[in-house]
Amino acid sequence: MQEAMIKRAKELLADGTVNRVMGWKKGEFVYDTTPAVFETAEELEKEFVCNDFTQANLSKYLIKESRKEGKILAFLKPCDTYSFNQLLKEHRIIRENVYVIGIPGGPKLDMEKIKAKGISGILDVKNENFTLKIETLYGTETMPFYEAVSGKCADCKSKKHVVYDELIGEDGDVLASRRFDMVEKLENMTSQERYDFWRGELSKCIRCNACRNVCPACTCENCVFDNPKSGIDQKAAADSFEENMFHIIRAFHVAGRCTDCGECSRVCPQNIPLHLLNRKFIKDINSLYGEYQAGADTTSKCPLTDYDTDDCEPSIVHERGVE
Amino acid sequence: MFRISAEKLNDLFDRIASKQTLYIPVDREDKAAEYKKYESGMTLSSALNTVRSAKDFFFPQTENLAEFRLSGKTIEVKDIRSEHEDFVIFGVRACDARSFGILDSVFLSEPVDTFYKNRRDHGTIVTMACTRPEETCFCTTFGINPTMPGGDVSVFPDGTGYSFLANTEKGKEFMAEISDMLEEGNPAQLAKVQENTRNILKRLPLANLKTDSFGGERLMKHFSSEKWAELSESCIGCGTCTFVCPTCQCYDIRDFDTGNGIKRFRCWDSCMYSDFTKMAHGNSRNSQLERFRQRFMHKLVYHPSNHEGEFGCVGCGRCLSKCPISMNIVKVMKALEDK
Repeated sequence: MQEAMIKRAKELLADGTVNRVMGWKKGEFVYDTTPAVFETAEELEKEFVCNDFTQANLSKYLIKESRKEGKILAFLKPCDTYSFNQLLKEHRIIRENVYVIGIPGGPKLDMEKIKAKGISGILDVKNENFTLKIETLYGTETMPFYEAVSGKCADCKSKKHVVYDELIGEDGDVLASRRFDMVEKLENMTSQERYDFWRGELSKCIRCNACRNVCPACTCENCVFDNPKSGIDQKAAADSFEENMFHIIRAFHVAGRCTDCGECSRVCPQNIPLHLLNRKFIKDINSLYGEYQAGADTTSKCPLTDYDTDDCEPSIVHERGVE
Repeated sequence: MFRISAEKLNDLFDRIASKQTLYIPVDREDKAAEYKKYESGMTLSSALNTVRSAKDFFFPQTENLAEFRLSGKTIEVKDIRSEHEDFVIFGVRACDARSFGILDSVFLSEPVDTFYKNRRDHGTIVTMACTRPEETCFCTTFGINPTMPGGDVSVFPDGTGYSFLANTEKGKEFMAEISDMLEEGNPAQLAKVQENTRNILKRLPLANLKTDSFGGERLMKHFSSEKWAELSESCIGCGTCTFVCPTCQCYDIRDFDTGNGIKRFRCWDSCMYSDFTKMAHGNSRNSQLERFRQRFMHKLVYHPSNHEGEFGCVGCGRCLSKCPISMNIVKVMKALEDK
């Protein structure tokens, strides 16, 4: 796959279709890949990587990149194309300045899941027929591939590319995902249990803002939490719950626009399952307004910014709140 | 040197906790380690290090500094610091132990930060020698020896038990409290473990990383480097590296109107943030390139320049494993070093 991508990128650079390529760059280890822009065939040959660990969603970078001189080639996984489409819909990306090549998605691997098995000092990871052979400073270890699959891929919603100029590999289908299982589990808890669950998770937050900054739906030029005039930027928490409000407010703000790309949970240094907040909104939108997938197209109206006489009444909030 | 067998470690924790508040690293449900206040029955984490560094004990993420209450024309200023109890942090690694020295050079130099000093005075640091370094470790680059971790007391695991060595007066007092629980050490067994660790250290993938190209005298060369653009290109401007870093020490102080008074609080700040050091005239570093450069220049050039050559990094590797886009100080050093 990587070789085919490099080959095609070099061709498109050479024939002038694009003047830059957005992909991932090799790191110190097999897993620490960095989103990067390549400008020459030499750079591509030397540093371009696409492997089991290239998880990062490149779509958000295209907001800035599409405003630069010339056209950029972007390699997008199926989930990334939903983010890309949603950003097109919000007029954040200039479509004609991006050449999209759809590439197959995951399942990608999460190094933390490998380390959680007690495997440390990792020097190399090879996938041999869905068994991971892991070279470490302390000898060779093996583990099943599927136990190391990243959270965002384990609940994959779609293998379909919703936007592309060309594809490398074959297109897939929207999947019958079990992504709402955990949301259902939370819904079935008592309000006290649910409160305790979220307090436990959100109290781990260190307010690094990684979730917000990586989120393709968070594209405000100046976030309300960074705006001194808003009265809520970095102010002292009046009580210990107030800190948690950051995540709840953010989930409200991206509701109806979140494509469920899973980047928020991927980047959280404290492993808070932030995507569950967003999924609760997605599930509610589906059940209250009919199935809706943000980013699936660029023309439909999001139920939350649209009005229909069949829309549910506000009293639904009260009705559903009854235990 | 005195030793305790592994099965008696929790008895030791119970003893320490009966006299002072004790914090130990424990595993969370997601297998990540964090410091927790010890309660009987807790198990010491087997992880190499905690996600959040031990700096939190002395320089917490947020703290209230003072309260002001206005009545008529008088303003009452309340000193509301509440930490007066002694506490013990057990299991601090050599990298984090060194970080306290770096934080000291900032907070304990004039004018002394009394909030920080108060906690430092009350804390006893019990370190733990490393036996299974990670691929992300590079403390030896900064002259740290993880087999001799320092602190008030050093603890050396040998597979079946732990040996203790007091390094300071505070450490000797700590040892006196537990001496009846310790037996004679086994220097031969310990020497073998240390030898083994030293061999692993030599084989670490980052073992050859050098600081030769950095330091105060290299300011203009590095500041003007063209490499920053590429290095910072995909930085998302979050504060993950800063907040998991044991040596990052920048903070913000603000007054907050509670409705019936003013709270003055301090919280961690990050040079990666767009409103960092924002002043009346605006911000001195307007692009992510400048903000990114600031963080690494501080660690590799400004800090050694201001503190007798000491770098502002201890090679703990937290930023290597936690950066959302896997950009970190190792990649910066490799890009900027003399070729």
